Amino acid sequence: MSDGTPHHILGYNTLIKVWLALLLLTALTVWVAHLNLAIGHVWGSLAIACLKSGLVIAFFMHMRYEGRLLRWLLFLTLTTLAIYIGLTFFDVLYR
Amino acid sequence: MTHHTHKDYAGAKLGMWLFLFTELLLFGGLFLLYAVYLKRYPQEFTAAGREMHVVFGTANTAILITSSLLAAMAVTAIQRDQRRQTLWFLGGTVLCAIIFLTNKFFEWSAEIGHGFYPNSPRLATAPPGESTFFSLYYLTVGLHGLHVLIGASLLTWVAVKVKRGSVHGGDFVLLENGALYWHLVDLIWIFIFPLYYLIL
Repeated sequence: MSDGTPHHILGYNTLIKVWLALLLLTALTVWVAHLNLAIGHVWGSLAIACLKSGLVIAFFMHMRYEGRLLRWLLFLTLTTLAIYIGLTFFDVLYR
Repeated sequence: MTHHTHKDYAGAKLGMWLFLFTELLLFGGLFLLYAVYLKRYPQEFTAAGREMHVVFGTANTAILITSSLLAAMAVTAIQRDQRRQTLWFLGGTVLCAIIFLTNKFFEWSAEIGHGFYPNSPRLATAPPGESTFFSLYYLTVGLHGLHVLIGASLLTWVAVKVKRGSVHGGDFVLLENGALYWHLVDLIWIFIFPLYYLIL
């Protein structure tokens, strides 16, 4: 998509909306931590952190407007990380 | 005066992203260590995690998110060839970085004052999981703090180039890559914050 127009310009309004969403999610994650959900708040906090990093990567880091190469490399990196974490826990949990 | 330097916008950005991916794997490894030790020492991690200052952590989260916004706005401004705005936004980003590190200084001073530092008498007599928590905490957050320092220096250097006119609306990949590095610093903090300050 970006091959024809490499320089997509993000307007200030979009960036400020993303910033507000990130601040709201931060408030939400602090609130969730105060609830006593046993193990639930660990997964809840991580889910919110993933959502926040998704917003940062997509908008602040312009990934939404990048071409296929960078998107695939990001996918490859995250998959590699997931394999490391998955295999390590496979060992730790079932030793 | 007519020497042409070869510029490869896509290549420069690809190189930066490849470097950022190695950074993700580096911090990913530290988060993995945290997860494994949390599994091994749940009570000790909970006890140690209670000593964290949530107010410092929350304030620094808001500061880094704001600094990331300003860095992204600086990229928008340079793309529109607005040099003055670019410099203001970059100045704001660096100011946020300085406030972040100042908070970190007070936070660490308080923690070290309470006897939490590697090999401290208090941790030497505590259960082994607690010293593991603080070792990982100082390593991860310290490495992140070093990234904040490097990122702020990088963006200051880019700001000088913007002021001198060698980074402008037609050639801004240096600013874009500097901002990408800065967003990575924000990204890592987004995970450090819940793991060390909230979930325990």
